[in-house]
Amino acid sequence: MAITAPDPTVDPTAVPQTKGPLRRALDRFFENRAARAGLLIVIPILLAVSTYPLWWPFGPNTIDLRAMNKAPSAIHWLGSDGVGRDVMARLLQGGRISLLVAVSSVAISTVIGFLVGAVASFGGRLVDGTVMRLVDLAMTLPPVIFLLVLASIAGTGIAPTILVISLLSWPVLSRMVRARLLELRERDFVVAARGMGAGLPHLLFRHGLPNCIDILVVYATLQIANAILLEAGLSFLGLGIAPPEASWGNMLNLARSTVVLENYPWQWMFPGAALVLTVLAINFIGDGLRDAFDPRSDLN
Amino acid sequence: MADAPFLAVKNLAKHFAPTAFSRGPVVRALEDISFDIRRGQVVGLVGESGSGKTTIGRSVLRLIEPTSGQINYDGTDITRLGAAQLRRQRRKMQYIFQDPFASLSPRMTIGQILTEGLDIQGIGKKSERRAKAETALAAVELPVDAYDRYAHEFSGGQRQRIGIARALTLEPEFIVADEPVSALDVSIQAQIINLLRDLQLRLGLTMLFISHDLAVVEYICDTVIVLYLGRIMEVAPAAELYARPQHPYTRALLSAIPSLDPLARQDRQVLKGDIPSPANPPSGCVFRTRCPFALEACVGAVPPLRATAEGHLKACIRDDIA
Repeated sequence: MAITAPDPTVDPTAVPQTKGPLRRALDRFFENRAARAGLLIVIPILLAVSTYPLWWPFGPNTIDLRAMNKAPSAIHWLGSDGVGRDVMARLLQGGRISLLVAVSSVAISTVIGFLVGAVASFGGRLVDGTVMRLVDLAMTLPPVIFLLVLASIAGTGIAPTILVISLLSWPVLSRMVRARLLELRERDFVVAARGMGAGLPHLLFRHGLPNCIDILVVYATLQIANAILLEAGLSFLGLGIAPPEASWGNMLNLARSTVVLENYPWQWMFPGAALVLTVLAINFIGDGLRDAFDPRSDLN
Repeated sequence: MADAPFLAVKNLAKHFAPTAFSRGPVVRALEDISFDIRRGQVVGLVGESGSGKTTIGRSVLRLIEPTSGQINYDGTDITRLGAAQLRRQRRKMQYIFQDPFASLSPRMTIGQILTEGLDIQGIGKKSERRAKAETALAAVELPVDAYDRYAHEFSGGQRQRIGIARALTLEPEFIVADEPVSALDVSIQAQIINLLRDLQLRLGLTMLFISHDLAVVEYICDTVIVLYLGRIMEVAPAAELYARPQHPYTRALLSAIPSLDPLARQDRQVLKGDIPSPANPPSGCVFRTRCPFALEACVGAVPPLRATAEGHLKACIRDDIA
């Protein structure tokens, strides 16, 4: 075999360009079959829920007096309820409300959780001790009772429900963020940033946030599923979204009547199925993200 | 005053006290450390693991708060600076880390890492920062296209060059190099040492060079400080220290350097035992528990650092062993 002369245009010391850590995590995410299935379920649901007024003839509160408690048919695909409202339209509108409540409450609790954890870890020993004891206190409150008390103070409706759910779920996140940042604070590259004169905002948002992004994304995803369930639970108890506004929880509330439960299964079965399917799919995505961000997964 | 030292450390001490909720002894990491560095000088700091080399390096840049003492940097005592003044001061002094794998953020590109200091200090526009970063890359002999890559794409030696480039982008006057080569292969060590030497001469940097490798220290340093258990044992110009070590600890350190001469190996002086715990240091001279020349008198008082020749200081009460 002939020995070829080295190609002068290729620098042998050049380093091949590879992808950044976020990009590699996303690649791993898309290799995960369950996560892809989750996306395949969630994306159509999101599309349907956000665009339904454009293609579905009925509104969530349109009453069709000729169709009360009618089984699924060509006109009302998922049937109609006791006052002649279309179950399909209410299901889609309910999805809108449920997802809106879940996404905004998770967004709020993620911000609170990150900031509390960040302040605790970078604020010095005294601040850390005080803040974390308060977090401990918040975590010892029995969640169901706390939820009911908060809900009875805040009242029903979309904004109070968002408030109640977001106030309940940040402590766990703030502990995870604190643990991560305490470790990060001693890392050499953070010490280097301090040595160059970095203040708290720089340390938190240039180093803290990017190095917590995995915790935040995974927490937020899994928490969305949880928040949907919480909203459904609150609405089922009559403390969340009040009728006539639709949500998956208050649609399930109908099943409390044995008449509906036995004779009109389409009125509670579809919102129930939508709830289970969405929560399951979001959990798949959350698990996929967690695996993708796991530093050990690079070794496999 | 032309003769005023550039960096004057006086009676520096660092004690690590137990926290409010835990009990335990106070760890005396540094005790009564005083030394001067003249402008443009390279001062070596040697000593075994746990002797407080890194604690001095970080205290001098106020990356950890000293318990007491003064650090006069070009006339300003940096232990008294407020947050805003310290921030401005940090431009002039930089740190090079030991571990090139821990010192670069895995989530930032090399460009972001190199321009971070300029960004923090608010120096220059984006294009100017990039130009400065590329100059620094060239200074450490890395290709300019490293700018958009991530740290994990580089080898240990290359990463250490990036760490050095980061310290250079702020154009500091003073650099603390904390064992910059001890995590690298021997062949790469020489490259990095030569690079540091060239940069130091070319940019007129003043440097505190921390190492436990005595051969490297001899090559790069003008003056050497020998540290043991948080105290200075001996200070001398490098050539003088290697030729005429005065302190028994320095002699033991020097005799531990591997030698190719089989005859020289025979009078090797091996220290027994480990360095004592700084939480419970020996009374008097901290080295007396391992010192082959220790006397009764060594137990009583801490030996002061005194001059034995021009620029040569030692903390030992015996004059008959040199």
